[in-house]
Formats: sequence, C-alpha cells, structure tokens
Amino acid sequence: MFRIDGGDFAGAGAVSSKIKKILQHIGTKPEIIRRASIATYEAEMNVVIHATMGEIALDATPSIVHIRILDEGPGIPDIDRAMQPGYSTAPDEIREMGFGAGMGLPNMERCADKLDIKSVVGIGTTVDMVFRNE
Amino acid sequence: MTIREIVQPLGLKLVVEGASDKEILGGYTSDLLSDVMANAKSGYLWITNQKHQNCVAVASLLDLCGVIIVGGTQPDEDTVAKARAEQLPLYTSDMSAFDIAGRLYEMGVRGPIQP
Ligand SMILES: Nc1ncnc2c1ncn2[C@@H]1O[C@H](COP(=O)(O)OP(=O)(O)OP(=O)(O)O)[C@@H](O)[C@H]1O
Ligand SMILES: [Mg+2]
Repeated sequence: MFRIDGGDFAGAGAVSSKIKKILQHIGTKPEIIRRASIATYEAEMNVVIHATMGEIALDATPSIVHIRILDEGPGIPDIDRAMQPGYSTAPDEIREMGFGAGMGLPNMERCADKLDIKSVVGIGTTVDMVFRNE
Repeated sequence: MTIREIVQPLGLKLVVEGASDKEILGGYTSDLLSDVMANAKSGYLWITNQKHQNCVAVASLLDLCGVIIVGGTQPDEDTVAKARAEQLPLYTSDMSAFDIAGRLYEMGVRGPIQP
C-alpha cells in the first residue's frame, strides 16, 4: 500500500516507479511491466492533479497484476465523458506542466486488460486495473 | 547510433551525461506527458519544451534513452537532480523541436508510426 498526496508534483511518479521496481524484482514479463507502469503513472497523476489524497494497492504474481487506486476527492460526475480522449478539467497552471491532454484515462484503458472505475461525487474515486499475459 | 554520437553534429549542450552510450531506438516530440506515455517506446529519444521534473519520471518509466529540452529552455534544478539520480541523459538546444527532429530524421532516427 502506497500513499499519494494531491498537489504533490515533486513526489509525483514515485509510487509508479516503486511499483515498476517491485514487478521487475518478482520477474513479471517486461511487456506487462510496461503497460502496468504507464497505467499506474496516469492513475497516480490523476490523484495528484484532481484529488486530495489517495492510496495504491498492488497484488502481483509474475503473470497477473492487480492495481487498485483509491482516492478522496471530488469524484467523477460522468465517467463516460471523462473517458473520452481530449476531455480534461485540468486548470491552466497544470496544463503548463504538460498535463491535461485528456489522454490519461484512455491510456489506462488501452494498457489494462481490465479497467473498472467507480466514483462518488464529493467522496472519491476507485480505479481497479488488471494486467495479464495475453 | 547513440546520444553521444549526435551531441556534436546537433550542437547539443550537456546537462546530465547519464547513460549516453545507449542506442537510440527511435524518437518522439511532444510537450504533453500523456501523449508521450501513449506513443514513445522504450529506447526512444524525447524532444520537448517541458522543463519540469515530471519529464524525468515519464522518461524513466518508459525507459527512454534520453531527453533533449529545446527552444533554449533550461531545465528546473529538480529536473537536473532527478535526471542525475536516474542516470537519464539530459541535453538542451537553442534549436526548435522541429529543427532537432528534422536533423535526427535525416540521420535515420524514426518515430513510432511509419507511412
Ligand atoms: N481521480 C480523479 N478524481 C477526480 N476527477 C478525475 C480523476 N481522474 C480523472 N478525473 C476527471 O477526468 C478527466 C479526464 O482524465 P484524464 O486522465 O483522461 O485527463 P487529464 O488528467 O485531465 O489529462 P492528462 O491525463 O492527459 O494529463 C479529468 O480532467 C478529470 O476531470
Ligand atoms: Mg490524467
């Protein structure tokens, strides 16, 4: 279980990097590690940018990886709309750092074999992802 | 071709040497991090105007071979420190992203999508 703080752009990416190292250590296939790293980074950044705080839980064997990202934050009112490439509510100062293309959720969908998002407005969001050998 | 071999012909300025002897497997130009996440592949060289430390996080998660910050932009101090810690080759250029990418293309470096 790893903690993520909303607005912490200096520490951002640290959890994804730790998860990548753990997967490498247990001998997960490089192709799965790559997809899991990309999707976890996007989910981690969504917590940093859009939420207040969050946690990431990892459950992994060399052939199957489960990652759950849970946050406290504003939640997502319309998930279908949020999933659309290009849709973003990121403010200007965050866009200046290169975020806010509205490609994070589509990247997660493309990388994960299974993506499940549950969100309650005003409470927070839970993202479950599964990666396995195809 | 390695980054070390393109430094002189492109007139790149060294910021962090890192593992500059790795083979350049391709190139990608973008200032949008999740665009890079979607399209740059392992061993690619990334050309960008971004100077923020999140670039280093992206580059190391994707195992990119290096980053060139263009347009005369200087990387933030945190970016340099993080690149050093990750052994990530980091260079700057006064040239634009267009010109650097064009020169690299002439030298045989290609992007992810080929016609
Ligand atoms: N954890 C979250 N909490 C609240 N809102 C979220 C969360 N994740 C995504 N969203 C909403 O969904 C939108 C789309 O997310 P997505 O990751 O695709 O794009 P982005 O984060 O805005 O930009 P990018 O990921 O390209 O930098 C966000 O702009 C935001 O409105
Ligand atoms: Mg995002």
